[in-house]
Amino acid sequence: MTKRLFALLSVLMLAGLLLAACGPKVQPFACTDSIGCVDIAPTDPIHIAYLLVISGPNETLGVDSRNGIEIAVDDSGGKILGHDVKLDGEDGGCSAEGGQAAGTKLAADSTIVAVIGTSCSSEARAAEPMLSAAGFAVVSPSNTAPDLTEAGNSNNYPGYLRTAHNDLVQGAAAAEFAWEFLKVTKAATIHDGSLYADKLQQVFAEEFKKMGGTITVQTAVDPNQTDMSSVLADIATGQPELIYFPIFLPAGGLIIRQAKTTPGLENTFLMGADGLFSPDLVASAGDDVVGFMQTSPDFTAFGSDYNDKFVPAYKAKFGTEPISIFHAHSYDAFMIIKAAIEKVAVVDADGTLHIGRQALRDALFATKDFKGLTGNLTCTPTGDCADPHIAAYKYNVAQYPPEKIWP
Amino acid sequence: MLRTWRQRITFTDIMIWAIGLAIVGVVVVGTVKTLQSGKYEPSVWLDLTIKGLAVGGVYALIAMGYTLVYGILKMINFAHSEVFMSGPFTAVFLANALAQSGFLNKQPLLSMLLITLLSMTISAVVAMLLERIAYRPLRYAPRLVPLITAIGASFFLQYTFRGLYGSGFKGYPTVNSLQGSWIVFGVQVYKVQAVVIIGAILMMVILYGIVQWTKIGKAMRAVSEDKEVAELMGIDVDRVIVFTFALGGAAAGAAGILYILLYPVVWFFMGFIPSIKAFAAAVLGGIGNVAGAFVGAMLLGLLESMGPNLFLDGLGILNPSQLKDAIAFVVLVLILIFRPSGILGERITETKA
Repeated sequence: MTKRLFALLSVLMLAGLLLAACGPKVQPFACTDSIGCVDIAPTDPIHIAYLLVISGPNETLGVDSRNGIEIAVDDSGGKILGHDVKLDGEDGGCSAEGGQAAGTKLAADSTIVAVIGTSCSSEARAAEPMLSAAGFAVVSPSNTAPDLTEAGNSNNYPGYLRTAHNDLVQGAAAAEFAWEFLKVTKAATIHDGSLYADKLQQVFAEEFKKMGGTITVQTAVDPNQTDMSSVLADIATGQPELIYFPIFLPAGGLIIRQAKTTPGLENTFLMGADGLFSPDLVASAGDDVVGFMQTSPDFTAFGSDYNDKFVPAYKAKFGTEPISIFHAHSYDAFMIIKAAIEKVAVVDADGTLHIGRQALRDALFATKDFKGLTGNLTCTPTGDCADPHIAAYKYNVAQYPPEKIWP
Repeated sequence: MLRTWRQRITFTDIMIWAIGLAIVGVVVVGTVKTLQSGKYEPSVWLDLTIKGLAVGGVYALIAMGYTLVYGILKMINFAHSEVFMSGPFTAVFLANALAQSGFLNKQPLLSMLLITLLSMTISAVVAMLLERIAYRPLRYAPRLVPLITAIGASFFLQYTFRGLYGSGFKGYPTVNSLQGSWIVFGVQVYKVQAVVIIGAILMMVILYGIVQWTKIGKAMRAVSEDKEVAELMGIDVDRVIVFTFALGGAAAGAAGILYILLYPVVWFFMGFIPSIKAFAAAVLGGIGNVAGAFVGAMLLGLLESMGPNLFLDGLGILNPSQLKDAIAFVVLVLILIFRPSGILGERITETKA
């Protein structure tokens, strides 16, 4: 019985081989891309993944970005080039460890065409080497640390772009705001050892000194620290008029609260940056948040589509005002990826879609005058695509969002 | 005589003493240099001392849970950090409801009492459930088994609360009447810190009173001396153990409310660091020893608060505040080198090997 079956199979296989050799000659698609292609069968979806912080103290940052991507997918009708978009991803936890774990998982999935992420620069530093080596195009909606797109820096990986501003811009804007608007001359900075906070306070300090200001101390806390008394006592000895702490939650909220109970710092200006732009800041700092200022992207500089179409769509879909700041940037991240895929994808005779990975990266870097929600996006050769406008916001009441006060 | 003394000393002893002396050296040199530099006014040290005592008070109350349970069961209840977290993480809803209705600022004393009671109740109930479900079935198992169970229970509780209340964090409302400061003998004392210190001491006195002067307290001490003999004397051991867990849980719940007065943010992972510190404090003071837990916790709170500025600032170490936890644990190592059973000594029962 088994012998017969074997004979039959052999005959069938030979016949198959013969037929294939004699059949009509279809030019098979040959992938010439230097780092490979993604092949998508006619009925398969195009897989775009995200790597954002979607749980824990900073979850609003990543969930907000993911909401932006989902609206972008909706606005595209859920399709790119007739293929459904498959959107899923991993939680990076806004930490290097989380980025490492999430990056390892994503890098193992070869169906992924592009990754939108990460939320935090520390995640990028850990995840980006793997995502880059896997050949993905990566567009971050909210990494702002300068060295991620600094030519020649070891943290600048091939295929990495961002639609968020570079902190060289934000740090300078913060220094200008402090010097010209608040008219302070002595400032102290605090970072938490994360790539983002460390670089941003460094840029701020350098720019502030260039303008003629004095930096009394540049110090650091641990991101999980709850008792800030020793660091605040240290800062108070320098009697600064402003403390700039571009860090995250919960440390940021605790500093705001404890500064109010540190002799000498009761009336010092407290200022943070976009990492603290979240309703959870008000939840953690309570009434003490009144008077707190922060730099962040300027919503009023966004195109009219933002207020007329995007925000209503966000409210309709998620039932709330945007909960953080990088939703429009992630919307744009998806849109430039979509445009680049449409530019480079090749459809062969049987309808299979082929996307060259290097070609996709090249197309992304060639993005020029792209009309996005956040402005006109033009990518530099190192991956900065943003059209950055930074504003300063202030909490006049203990309620999110804060009001824009500058420029 | 000299010979035998020299024979007894091993290489390990010498290394341990060298480490101990090195730590002492760093502490002394750092302190002298910092004080010489005159960077900090005396008022700064006073302020840090008060803050350290406040944190120490919170640690002391949490440490009670560890030390009472250790005294009776000879096990470290590693899930105590979640007992501590459960109270304030639940009471935050009541606190915010009270704040929204305006009741909190109209009747601050009554509101805080209600919030504290809720927190204590929840923590005590969680501790009792923990004992009933996780530990009692393993009472006579080898000592490592309940220890591993405790770690498992800790994760279970953490993620249960994460599921219940979410992974984000919640803030406690500010109590207006606790804002600002008093001047006591020319020293500026923030009201919050004063309330925390007084509250912690009050709770400690109550706990000490229960253990020393009540019938159930006597039973607790009897069970911790010798479980079997206590049972023969007609003491219901199970009931005493449940009471011990409840007492430790209630102390943790009260500690939780004092903790949120200082650091008003709660989330599911908040218990880990303070509880590890409290455990260290219990060991520092001598585990199983109620007064020792108090002394250890106050010392740890002070070291943590003053340590970075006092020991490390003078040595020119950058960002000393990040090394706060390291200082606390290095001092723990130091004390255990010179006094392995803790400052006031471990309570050793006769039956314990």
